[in-house]
Amino acid sequence: MKFLSKFYVGIIYAFLYLPIAVLIVFSFNDAKSRTVFTDFTFKWYEKLFTNDIILGAFANTLFVALVAGICAVVLGTLAAIGINAMNQKLQGLLLNVTYLPMINPDIITGVSLMLLFVFIRMELGFTSLILAHITFNVPIVIFNVLPKLRQLDRNIYNAALDLGCNPAQAFRKVVLPEIMPGIAAGFLLSITYSFDDFAVSFFTSAADSQTLSVVIYSMVRMKVSPEINALSTIMFVVVLLVLLLVNINDARKEKKIRQRNILEGEV
Amino acid sequence: MENSTIISLKDIVVEFDGESVLRHINLDIRNHEFVTLLGPSGCGKTTTLRIIGGFVNPKSGDVFFDGKRINDLPPYKREVNTVFQKYALFPNLNVYENIAFGLRLKKVPDEEIRERVFEMLDLVNMRGYERRDVNLLSGGQQQRVAIARALINKPQVLLLDEPLGALDLKLRKEMQIELKKIQRETKITFIYVTHDQEEALTMSDTVIVMRDGEIQQIGTPIDIYNEPINAFVADFIGESNIIDGVMKKDYLVNFAGRDFDCVDFGFEENENVDVVIRPEDIKISEPEKGQITGKVESIIFKGVHYEIVVIDTNGFNWKIHSTLYEEPGREVGLSVIPDDIHIMHKMAEEEK
Repeated sequence: MKFLSKFYVGIIYAFLYLPIAVLIVFSFNDAKSRTVFTDFTFKWYEKLFTNDIILGAFANTLFVALVAGICAVVLGTLAAIGINAMNQKLQGLLLNVTYLPMINPDIITGVSLMLLFVFIRMELGFTSLILAHITFNVPIVIFNVLPKLRQLDRNIYNAALDLGCNPAQAFRKVVLPEIMPGIAAGFLLSITYSFDDFAVSFFTSAADSQTLSVVIYSMVRMKVSPEINALSTIMFVVVLLVLLLVNINDARKEKKIRQRNILEGEV
Repeated sequence: MENSTIISLKDIVVEFDGESVLRHINLDIRNHEFVTLLGPSGCGKTTTLRIIGGFVNPKSGDVFFDGKRINDLPPYKREVNTVFQKYALFPNLNVYENIAFGLRLKKVPDEEIRERVFEMLDLVNMRGYERRDVNLLSGGQQQRVAIARALINKPQVLLLDEPLGALDLKLRKEMQIELKKIQRETKITFIYVTHDQEEALTMSDTVIVMRDGEIQQIGTPIDIYNEPINAFVADFIGESNIIDGVMKKDYLVNFAGRDFDCVDFGFEENENVDVVIRPEDIKISEPEKGQITGKVESIIFKGVHYEIVVIDTNGFNWKIHSTLYEEPGREVGLSVIPDDIHIMHKMAEEEK
C-alpha cells in the first residue's frame, strides 16, 4: 500500500516535470535532433546570446510586462479601494463585471482588442500591446488587493486621521503597508500573465513589437531551434530561484513569529 | 473655569439610509469631566461619539468645541483623540512607533518624542514593551498602547468607544480603575461609551443614558441610580421591579391591590403610572406583618446576597435581594418604605 501511494505521487510529478526535464536535457544536446542525445554542449546557449531576434523579443516581453504590470497595479489598486468603499449590491455587480475578462477566452479578448484598436485607428505596436496587457492584468490586481482591504480594520484608517494624518498620509502610512502583500502578489502575477500570454499579444502587436511567445510561435512553425530550449531552461531556472527565495523568506518569518510566541508564553 | 463647557451638541440629527439614528440630541460636556454615554446597542451612543470625533457628519445641528463651531473640521484637525473599539493599532509599527505616531506627524524632534513616549509608557504601565510587535500583545496590553497613543497628543478631550468590551471580567475591572486614575492625573475630559451600566456607575462623574437616538437622562451616577426618570432608565441601571400603578392623589399611590404612602406628587389624579422599586429595598417579613403577601417561588445564591422571587396574591413576580435565606414555598410578607417607592410617568405618555 505504501509503495502504491509513493508510486502514485511519483507518476504525478513525473507527469508534471518530465516535459521540462526533457527540454532541459535537450538544451545541452550537441545534435539538432529532438530524439537522439549525442554530445553535451553549451553551444545553444552561446548562440542564444547572439540571436538578436530572440533577445529582442525577450527584451520586448520584459518591457511590456513591466510597464503593463506597473500601470495595472496603480489602476487595479485604486479600483479595489473604490470597490471596497461601495455598498454590497454595487460591489457584487462590479466584481462580476471584473471577473468576466478573466474567464473570457484569451482569443476573444485578443480579437476584440484588435478590432477596437483598428476601429479607433490606433496603429498596432507597443502602445496597443501594453494597453492590451493592462486590460487583462487589472482584474488580477483587483482580486489580489481586495481581500487585503477587506481584512483591514476600517478603524485603522480612522485612527490615522484621528492622530493627525490627512487622508493621503493615512493611506500612505497605514493602509498601503497593510495591503502591500496583495499589491506585490498582483504585480508578480501580472508579470507572469504577461510573459505567458500568446493569444492577446498575437493580435495586438506589430512586427517590431512582438513578444517572446509570438516570436517562438512563428519560429516553431518551421522548426524548433534548440536555442529555444536553452532560453526556456534559463527562464525556468530563474522562476525556480525566485520561488525558492520567497519560500525561504516565508519560512524564516514564520519561525521568528513562533519563537516570539513561545517567549510570550513564558512571560 | 473648572466647569466650563468644552463640547456642545445642538439639536443633532443623524440618519443612515433614511433611518434616524440620533433625534435632536442636545448635550453640553464640561471640561475635565469623566462623562459616560450609556445605553443598549443601537441607541446612538457610538454615533454621538463619532460626531464629536468628526467621523460622522450630522444631517442637521451643530457641534461646538470650546465655543467654536467645528462641523466642517475634519478629524485630523480636531483637538480630540479616540481610543477605538478593538484598539485599531497600526499592525506595521511596533509599540514605540504606534505611540509616537501623532508626534512624528507634527515633526516633533526625536529627543522630545522619546521622552514623551516613555512618559506615556510609564502612565499606562507598559515600560519595557516599546520594541514589541503590537500584533503579539495581549488584549489588555493592546488596550494600554491604544490609550497611550491617543493621550500623547495631549488632547483636550479623549473619546473612548467601548474600550474594555473585549477584555475578560477581571482585567476589565482593573482597567476601569486604571482609566479613572489616568483621567484624574491628566485632567483630560473623557467621553466614554459603554453598554455596561456597572462600568458607567463606577467611573463616571456624569452619566448620559440614551435610548433609540434620544437622551433619556443626564446626571451623576447616584442621581441616575436613585432617581431614574422613567421605567427604562430604572430597568437599565440596575435591577428593578416595575409594576403598573394608579396615582390616587399626591403622596398616595395604588398598586398590587392596595394603597401605599409615597413621597411623589404633581401627578394628575388617577393617572396611570409606573411604580419602580429596587430589589434591595423590599423587606421580607412574616405574612401578617407585610403590606403585600406572597409565596417564595425561587431563591438563587448570588454571592453577596440571595436573589429571591416572590409571587404575590395578584400574580406579580417580585424580585428581592436579601442576605437571609428563605425557604421556597413559604408564605411571606413584603414591605417597602415610602422613600423607596419611585413613581414615574408612563413611557407611552411621555412620547406624546
